[in-house]
This record gives sequence, C-alpha cells and structure tokens, in this order.
Amino acid sequence: MKLQLNGAPLDSDAPTLAALLEAEGFGGAKVATAVNGSFIPASLRASHPLSSGDSIEVLAPMQGG
Amino acid sequence: MRPFYGEPLANGLMLGTAQYPSPKVLSDAFARSGAAVATVSLRRESGRDRAGQDFWELIRALDVHVLPNTAGCHSVKEAVTTAHMAREVFDTRWIKLEVIGEEDTLQPDVFGLVEAARILSEDGFQVFPYTTEDLVVADRLLRAGCEVLMPWGAPIGSGMGLNNLFGLRAMRAHFPDVPLVIDAGIGLPSHAAQAMELGFDAVLLNTAVAKAGDPAAMAEAFATAIRAGQLAADADPMPPRDMAAPSTPLIGKAFLE
Repeated sequence: MKLQLNGAPLDSDAPTLAALLEAEGFGGAKVATAVNGSFIPASLRASHPLSSGDSIEVLAPMQGG
Repeated sequence: MRPFYGEPLANGLMLGTAQYPSPKVLSDAFARSGAAVATVSLRRESGRDRAGQDFWELIRALDVHVLPNTAGCHSVKEAVTTAHMAREVFDTRWIKLEVIGEEDTLQPDVFGLVEAARILSEDGFQVFPYTTEDLVVADRLLRAGCEVLMPWGAPIGSGMGLNNLFGLRAMRAHFPDVPLVIDAGIGLPSHAAQAMELGFDAVLLNTAVAKAGDPAAMAEAFATAIRAGQLAADADPMPPRDMAAPSTPLIGKAFLE
C-alpha cells in the first residue's frame, strides 16, 4: 500500500504502525508518532492499523530555542 | 527566584540548543554557563541517520531540566499535537508553548495561544507560554491554567533586547507572584541583566550565545550578567529621579570664594 512517511512517498506492507517503524529503521529509537495529524502514543503503535493513503510522522529530539 | 511549577532552579539562565557550530560547542556553552534549563524541539527523524538519537544522548549528558518547545507551530491543533509528542519523547510535563501568528516578527498568535494553553493545562501539561507583554492576554493565560508567563523582549533572533520596558515593568508589578521569563530578543548580557533587575525570574535565549564568535565565553557572560541582575533586584535598587542629588555631604564644606 502507498503511504507517506515524513512527507516522502513509501510503498509498504506493514500492517501496523509498530511494524512500519521496525521495517524503516526506527527500532528501539526514541521517537514520537502521528498518523494523519493525530498523535499515536507508543503504547498504541502495535494495535494501530495502517491503511493506504495514511500519512505518518516520526519525530525525534532535535535542537531548539 | 520564584519556582517554576514547584521546581526551584539553580539560576535564571534557560539556554537554547539550536544553531551551535558543533555538538561540542553546545556542551561547552552549557558547562561553562551552568544553565539550569535546555530548550529542545522535535523534528522529523530519518530511519537511516537516526540523528535525533545522538542529540538526545548529548542532552541527557548535560544533566539539566529539559523544556521542549512547539516552535514553528501556527495552529492550535499543530501545537497541541506537538506538545503531546514532546511529552512522550522527553518524558516531561513542561512545554514551551509557541503558536506563531505572524511571519516577519514571529509574534505569537495570542488567541490561539490561550486556547492551546487551556487544552494542554487541562490535560496535565505545565505550560510555559511564549507571549507578549499584553496584560489582558497574560491574565487569560493564567486563567487558562498557566502558572508561568514568558513575554518576549523583542522578536525571536533579533537581539534587540527589551523593546518595551514600560510594558515589562507593568507586567512584573501586575503579577507579583507569577514566575516571569523573558523569552526571545535578547542580544547582549546587559539585556539579560536588565531583565533580572526588573525582577524577572529567568531569561531564555539561544541565538545570542550560539551565534557568538565564542559561544562558551558568551554563555558564561550571560550567566554572570543574570547573577548580577538578580543580586541587584534582591538588593532593592534605588528609585530613579529626574534631578541631581549630591552624594557628597555639603555640611562642612569650606567657603573658598
């Protein structure tokens, strides 16, 4: 299915948000996630199904003022 | 110094972590200044580079309070969602709430700010709102649940210092029990000292240190100025007056005409 990951198109068969993170190299990383503009807590990633057209944001700590 | 949501800070320097020439320079600036708080942000992570993971280790090693921001957010929804993501990643209820309303000045959208502050406060966040010196907005923020106010000194990154001394003095007088932080616009240590002399509890700055030729030295200069300003405020400064008043006693002066 076709997804958007951090603004870039991605073809993936990952059934859940947790599976997508693992497949895309985020395993064990300190990140926060949102799907279609809504925050998805880490505790719900494994039970959050992905559908074609979903837009996923994966954010991590970064410099800030 | 008034505590921030019950948390006393060792000093009044809140230092940003952006725009330093290298991670080492950033660490040196924190080490030399002893800044009590580091502001941080969230950005898109790459599964290949995982750059954010290294940055997080660097911040943890600083051993300071972490204040995540919602920088770059222009809507209530965006700011609230970002705050939730920050709370999970940084494991803190503190959030520096920015809802930007205007691009040239990066002035806060105070209407969105109050709304987002209310939503986040009700959800257990401890909100540090980036606001203006407007007393009505400040009152609305307090009623929305904020226990700290962070008025701007001048537009973010401008280095102009305290643009509205009257407004900031009025804010200090109007809210004597509220912890107040000058956030943004600071360019020189003298600006920070002036803020503390006015009775503010802390100064939040980034660019003035990160973009200095020697960031670590400038960070120390700011820490020293903030300490001086706070000492002065605690020492009850004399009131200014328009006319001269001789400091040397006139009694006993020789008549030499």
